[in-house]
Amino acid sequence: MLLITCPHCGTRDQSEFTYGGEAHISRPANSETMTDAQWAEFVFMRNNPKGVWAERWMHASGCRKWFNAVRDTSTDRFLAVYKIGEPRPNVTAAGLATPSGEPVIGSGNDAAKVMR
Amino acid sequence: MQRFRLHQGGLIDRSRPVHFTFDGRSYEGYTGDTLASALLANGVHMIARSFKYHRPRGILGAGSEDPAGLVQVGANANETDPNMRATEVEIFDGLETFSQNCWPSLSFDIGAVNDLVWRWLPAGFYYKTFMGPPANWMFFEPLIRRAAGLGKAPEGKDPDRYESQNRHCDVLVAGGGPSGLMAALTAARSGARVILSEETPLLGGRLNALDPSETSINGKTPREWVAACEAELAKLPNVTVLTRTCAFGYYADNFVALAQIEQDHLAPAARDAARPRQRLWRIRAKEVVLATGATERPLVFHGNDRPGIMLASAAETYLHRYGVKAGNRAVVFTNNNGAWGSAFALAKAGVQIVAIVDARPAPEEALMRQAASLGIPVHPHATIVDTRGQFRVKTAVVRRLDGHRGVSGEATVINCDLIAVSGGWSPNAALFSQSRGKLRFDAGLPGFRPGPSWQAERSAGAANGAMKLADCLAEGAAAGADAATKSGFAGTNPAAYTLQQPDAPSYNGIATWQLPSGRSASSTRAFVDLQNDVQAKDLKLAVQEGYASVEHAKRYTTTGMGTDQGKTVGINAFGILADELGKSMQEVGVTTYRQPFKPITFGALAGQHGGALYAPRRTTPMHDWHESHGAVFEPVGEWLRAQVYTRPGETFASALQREARTARTSVGVLDASTLGKIDIRGKDAREFLNRVYSNAWLKLAPGRCRYGLMLKEDGMVFDDGVTACLAEDHFHMTTTTGGAARVLNWLEEYLQTEWTDLEVYLTSVTEQWAVAAIGGPKAAEVVAAVADKFNPNPGNFPFMSFREATAGGIPARIFRISFTGELSYEINVPASYGLALWERVMAAGDKYKITAYGTEAMHLLRAEKGFIIVGQDTDGTVAPDDLRMPGMAKTSADFIGRRSLTRADTVRKDRKQLVGLLTEDPSVVLMEGAHIIATAVEPVERPAPALGHVTSSYKSPNLNRSIALALVKGGGELIGKTVYVSRKGADPIHATVVETDFMKQVGSHS
Ligand SMILES: [Zn+2]
Repeated sequence: MLLITCPHCGTRDQSEFTYGGEAHISRPANSETMTDAQWAEFVFMRNNPKGVWAERWMHASGCRKWFNAVRDTSTDRFLAVYKIGEPRPNVTAAGLATPSGEPVIGSGNDAAKVMR
Repeated sequence: MQRFRLHQGGLIDRSRPVHFTFDGRSYEGYTGDTLASALLANGVHMIARSFKYHRPRGILGAGSEDPAGLVQVGANANETDPNMRATEVEIFDGLETFSQNCWPSLSFDIGAVNDLVWRWLPAGFYYKTFMGPPANWMFFEPLIRRAAGLGKAPEGKDPDRYESQNRHCDVLVAGGGPSGLMAALTAARSGARVILSEETPLLGGRLNALDPSETSINGKTPREWVAACEAELAKLPNVTVLTRTCAFGYYADNFVALAQIEQDHLAPAARDAARPRQRLWRIRAKEVVLATGATERPLVFHGNDRPGIMLASAAETYLHRYGVKAGNRAVVFTNNNGAWGSAFALAKAGVQIVAIVDARPAPEEALMRQAASLGIPVHPHATIVDTRGQFRVKTAVVRRLDGHRGVSGEATVINCDLIAVSGGWSPNAALFSQSRGKLRFDAGLPGFRPGPSWQAERSAGAANGAMKLADCLAEGAAAGADAATKSGFAGTNPAAYTLQQPDAPSYNGIATWQLPSGRSASSTRAFVDLQNDVQAKDLKLAVQEGYASVEHAKRYTTTGMGTDQGKTVGINAFGILADELGKSMQEVGVTTYRQPFKPITFGALAGQHGGALYAPRRTTPMHDWHESHGAVFEPVGEWLRAQVYTRPGETFASALQREARTARTSVGVLDASTLGKIDIRGKDAREFLNRVYSNAWLKLAPGRCRYGLMLKEDGMVFDDGVTACLAEDHFHMTTTTGGAARVLNWLEEYLQTEWTDLEVYLTSVTEQWAVAAIGGPKAAEVVAAVADKFNPNPGNFPFMSFREATAGGIPARIFRISFTGELSYEINVPASYGLALWERVMAAGDKYKITAYGTEAMHLLRAEKGFIIVGQDTDGTVAPDDLRMPGMAKTSADFIGRRSLTRADTVRKDRKQLVGLLTEDPSVVLMEGAHIIATAVEPVERPAPALGHVTSSYKSPNLNRSIALALVKGGGELIGKTVYVSRKGADPIHATVVETDFMKQVGSHS
């Protein structure tokens, strides 16, 4: 269970939070002029990178406030948390790229990597 | 008569004998024995059959590493525990244990026929069978189900209590052996909050298996030193010591789960009903010390799986910890120096060591001299090529190794009743690996040991590859100091100690992953996994068939996938794979270690969350009244709602028909308190509603109500409900019972993340208001009597409006809204007056024979009127137009999901639409979920092309016939046409597609 720092309350167990997917996707104001494909991009399509990205969380069993976080999905390390409306901080993953030290692309298992 | 019990020694309580049974036979042991040690004391070695070949299985280890000595514990079918390791089950008076996976008995087992056909059950047998033609599976499935298996699951409800506990600590020490004790003492003396967990009942670990006359720490015997440590830790208020507690899972951010046995080891009469059977500890530690020790490896040779073949360290444990000789004539077979010590210890206790077989070309001179002085024959550079003995090993056949992966010279046949084997030691790195640390191959061990850490932990002692006691004590103290310092107790120094021990050569193992037998490969049976019956040649076959990755070979052969998690398997299997692939051990790597480290009961994981505490249960203020009036309850979301009220002599069905009829012919009342209610305020509240509902809200006047649909951005219906305008900037929103929390979260999300410019405040008031929904021809009369000086007549109080009033002095909000089509009023009062209101309504309605009705009648009544239930008649793929409700999608402004309503897919003509169905035979009630097809004959095509499905279906007492709602492709165009409803084993049912308001079209109440 991860420890997550709410920018309003401090560090709490993951069980107090709900996840909100990719951050910094604004609801289009001009939807009526968008093509079906453009609208579908907003409604359905999200990035899923292995590495650093920005995502949304909500402190459901706490202050109930939404906030954003920058997390490295290959290590589960939170690199920054910030309030809604604030710009994404410019942070990069520090130290080992992944727990096993392998590149951010590929399996976490040494053997699988060597065998490929 | 414990024939193999030594006259003295061991950590058992000889003053407290214990009587227990195994397969119906009575045996005696002592308090402090495990089932394994007590059976060994009685000369019983064979206790189980293996999973696949039903081979006789004995006791290989002395703890959680034992692979195949699994038994069923307890005779009561409701409480029995399957697959318990005999090496871990503590005995008590009256304990009943049984062998498993055998029939009719352990010694005569029909399933052992599998062993005669073993050539035809190679690696991947199950896989190939299941992936082959279906007929294979049909043929083999019943045979496999019967033949392969483990113990029997308990049948009834678990009668035991379980608890769980959360803790924060500075330093968690996993493992209470010498390293763990030093770490815990060091950290504890600094003042850090320390938790020490030990899997077994006794602290001390490997110290308990040492000859107490040969080793001393701080001038004390090992046992006295452990007792002194325990006493010191017990006195410190900052320390929690948990024995019988296995750290089984290492998760993110130093979250570690422990499973504690609280009472399993006690006789039923001695158990405390106020305490749980087991407890789950969820620990968040600032720093962790892993002192989980090491596990001795077996050797892989032909015939290595007979009962009586045991790890050398286990034989030593039985000797010194339990005072039990595991045999009288022992062969010790090793590839390292450690097992020579075991041989000498066994010899000292009176076990005749008939041979030491060492696979190494030149064992240490000092050891050879000591063996000679004890008269022990030594076979250097040799291996066991075969063993005999059906239920217990009787002979070992020894030949010399030729140095080229073969054997040479004459065979020596040695009679014995015990073969103590040692293939070296593997650090227990499971928790380290779970913490996502990286393992490194250490050729000196040889074995995998912890490399770089990922989380705030460090390994110490044997878990870190240190195989000498002195190193374990030193590493433990250093790890404790490091952990305490890093958790905020700067300047902590390692605890000091002195150690006296006889000089022994260091352990010096070699890599011996499998040994030759001189037999053809196909006739060699050398087992790597004793529980899953995986042989060395199965792994080779897997490589030949292309399973080159260790993860794939493991799954294909099921190596290490038993309940023992392959604790004695791993490195031998990886070594065999490395040899076969011609790669280094580091290249081949290890399979992923996963939680749990060993089997944990579901009870411990569930903790208190069973029975009534399985999930939160919310009840309304009127609950007691419902309960005392025959209510049958059903869970709706977290709520318990009355489904129907059965009166004496009524069935569920007849009560339902009465309730639904009375609610249309006279008056009925529903407890609607569970409906989600959200108080919405702020100057932009109206604009907010207009954005979240698909229909128009800007013109709703104070005192008026409106039904609204909420969509997701994909345009599909998400929730519905009636919202009342209390004032220009104040609204009262209702949601579905199950959707209340979801809707509130949804609204909050938009306010906080999209429309931060709107000034709107949302408050959940679901539990602040109790609601009685009164409906039927006599509803106005009842409301007039319930409310004070209030005229509810439709002329004065129009449909879809709201008034403040009082009812018997209770402040009330009255809404004229209807979910049944009848004249209806929903009276809201502060929740604490809910029961008073309810009783007032029942009293006022008495002369009209008012009936309370439950959710079942409510569903029926609304279906008669064609009103939807979100989640029953919709399923996340239904857009407003699909419901054929006009006016639910405004064009005047944007709202959530609006753009999706004009997507090509949303405007398709053949989308499923909600319609009514009337069966040709009015007495036939369709099955909810039944498929609707276009032909009167069930099509042959599979899957049968379906037009849609039935979403709601009832027998209507008011229309005197069956009715159903359904989602049907292009349903609006099919009004008046016949469709067919598929059913199993009979012809499809003919039904006519109709509009959804049955009350309107079927006509007068009959
Ligand atoms: Zn918070």
